[in-house]
Amino acid sequence: MKKQTDSDVAVIRIQNLCKSFGTNKVLDHFNLELHQGESLVVLGRSGSGKSVLIKCIIGLIEPDQGSVEVLGQNVLDLDHVGLDKMRTQVGFLFQSNALYDSMTVRENLEFPLRRHSINLSQEEVNKLVMEALDSVGLEHTVDLMPAELSGGMRKRIALARTLILKPAIILYDEPTTGLDAITSLEIIALMKSINERYHTSSIIITHDMKCVKLAADRVAILIDGKCYAEGTYDTLRQSTDEKIHPFFQ
Amino acid sequence: MLHFPPLPENTRLFLRDTGEMSRFIGRFFVEGLRPRFEVAEFIHQCFAIGYKSLPLIGLTAFIIGLVLTMQLHPTMVYYGIEAQIPAMVGIAIIREIGPILTALIFAGKIGSSIGAELGSMKVTEQIDAMEVSGTNPFKYLVVTRTFAAMITLPFLVVIADAISLYGSYLGVNIYENLSFHLFYEKILDYLFFMDILPAFIKTFFFGFAVGIIGCFKGYYSNKGTEGVGRSANSAVVVSSVAIFILDLIAVQITDLL
Repeated sequence: MKKQTDSDVAVIRIQNLCKSFGTNKVLDHFNLELHQGESLVVLGRSGSGKSVLIKCIIGLIEPDQGSVEVLGQNVLDLDHVGLDKMRTQVGFLFQSNALYDSMTVRENLEFPLRRHSINLSQEEVNKLVMEALDSVGLEHTVDLMPAELSGGMRKRIALARTLILKPAIILYDEPTTGLDAITSLEIIALMKSINERYHTSSIIITHDMKCVKLAADRVAILIDGKCYAEGTYDTLRQSTDEKIHPFFQ
Repeated sequence: MLHFPPLPENTRLFLRDTGEMSRFIGRFFVEGLRPRFEVAEFIHQCFAIGYKSLPLIGLTAFIIGLVLTMQLHPTMVYYGIEAQIPAMVGIAIIREIGPILTALIFAGKIGSSIGAELGSMKVTEQIDAMEVSGTNPFKYLVVTRTFAAMITLPFLVVIADAISLYGSYLGVNIYENLSFHLFYEKILDYLFFMDILPAFIKTFFFGFAVGIIGCFKGYYSNKGTEGVGRSANSAVVVSSVAIFILDLIAVQITDLL
């Protein structure tokens, strides 16, 4: 049985989102809502525009048309200051982890803290860093360089960096890609425990069906730039639609 | 209505790159002059770009000064003007060889390093992560590195000139006994302020070219690891060509003065 979401309040509302690269229409009047406390998986084939979608949400890619409301604010109307403020409440776990190679784990975690909250004392920063590392079980890596970590550890550190600002929403871009089956399960379990512990809402972009099955409260399927179908994992798994069925085979 | 024939592919790409580069330079000035200034990162880059280039540039400058003197010596002796070696080497190094050689080594070491670093950051989404973390990546990465290259290169050139002249002094002393004091006196007899100033000023432009081209190539890197290699490579090639073009312009302007 899936977890009930905290409320029906939409923390993200996407309406008629369109994005093209040249003649390639990636998103075509895409509509979606993420509710508070919900874990929503966006499922789609490689190159279907899933990553473009979450980069539009966080304001890294500007859509051609449509609107993206995050916590009641239209992302397209925000200036730099507004975007920075919005991004303190929305964490983003990159597919490639995006840890800064030239910085230690500590510096990687301190980076968003120092940029967003410049008034924190060193003691407070240290406390937040250790707290975030504790939540992913990697306190001992604090002075290591990213190159010294395994793939799974890098993913956890990236997640700790995402968590450090205590965001209300977390966007996961292919969180289990490139990881072995056991590490993938660990990451999925960690994502679920973070959702419960910090009461975050999350959008998970993936094509890993194990991740969909274990992490999703609701699943949205992105096909031809549109939200083709949405529902729970079990509902969609039973679908006989020729476009949905192959995902669950 | 006039119909123009389509431009050849290479010309079209060249014009597109030139346009993008111009826009990139324009953005550099806009972002560079507007707070917030990334002072800590700028200082860090001055150390990484300037101080860490010193051993390579110093060694090369020393060898060039020494070899230049040793190569000149037989010819100068043949014409009986070996006493002019210090002045000749001094003017050549300070006016041209010092700045251009240091800038080319700088382009090879720093241009490729900036191109590869930013290219790698781009393909591993570190630049996006920086933006999400409330940092303007253009300011943090491009403005700091370009300013650091622009500021440190002139100082590296001054140091390289001094080391190169010392190499030349040792070169002269292989063949004859000449005091350090006399060697420098002979150089200063023939060297004027207008030899030093333009040579110093043009190095700021060389530094700017190396920094901005390295950043441009890295910032717009694509196609994975292959793209990173290509960015590093073209950063060196384009900035080396830019240095020669800037030098040519600087020589023309100096001649008019």
